[in-house]
Amino acid sequence: MIDRIGDSLRFQAQALELRSQRQSLIASNIANADTPGYRAVDADFASALKRVTSADPASKSATQPMLQANEIRTLAPAEESADGNGVDMDVQRANFAENAVRYEAALRALNQQVKSLITVITG
Amino acid sequence: MSLKTVFDIAASAASAQNLRLNAVASNLANADSAAGPDGQVYRAKQVVFQAIPVSPASGGNPAAQGVKVAQVTEDSSPGRRVYDPRHPLADDQGYVTLASVNVVDEMVNMLSASRSYQNAIEVMNTAKQLELKALTLGT
Repeated sequence: MIDRIGDSLRFQAQALELRSQRQSLIASNIANADTPGYRAVDADFASALKRVTSADPASKSATQPMLQANEIRTLAPAEESADGNGVDMDVQRANFAENAVRYEAALRALNQQVKSLITVITG
Repeated sequence: MSLKTVFDIAASAASAQNLRLNAVASNLANADSAAGPDGQVYRAKQVVFQAIPVSPASGGNPAAQGVKVAQVTEDSSPGRRVYDPRHPLADDQGYVTLASVNVVDEMVNMLSASRSYQNAIEVMNTAKQLELKALTLGT
């Protein structure tokens, strides 16, 4: 029974963890906006979530969702600055804000599920 | 929670930009310095950034990289020569050698560093808000 309660929350929890990892990738792009030769990276969120949710719940990758190397792609720069830096700050800031909103969306969905469970328990 | 790495990354960016601002301040302060008794002029300092992976030991993603100042380079161009025979440091021909600082370059550098610093702080703020909201889960 406890397992089933955990299962119902797992999807949003995994999405939340992957979102926070993508957030750190975008933060790294923003931090390196002035680093010579740096190329922006981003996560392929959809395939990462698909892999994590289809994994066996007992396996480690399901309990600790980590972005794999093949799910991280290097973004081709729209234009390159003189020092070879390929970070487009507007795109990165938009991505950062978008990812933050989606993180919060996953958080709210998770919160709602928890609240429903609490209502069921307390009656 | 890997939102903690966001803080690490943004903090590394803020401190690197801080160092860059320091270099700019030093360059601007010495923009009119004349050559000292040893004949050496002040040379403009520039910082060189480098991406470094943050906390791979703590399970962070290696693709998430912070930034550090790899080295501080000095401008190699000769100082500005200005004709001012009354200057105490003027040479035999009446020329004074002033620091090799381009004030316009430095001002642009300062604006860029200041904007990047603001970006880093904003990233930190967003991560903080998300983290605080995560803490209220279940209430």
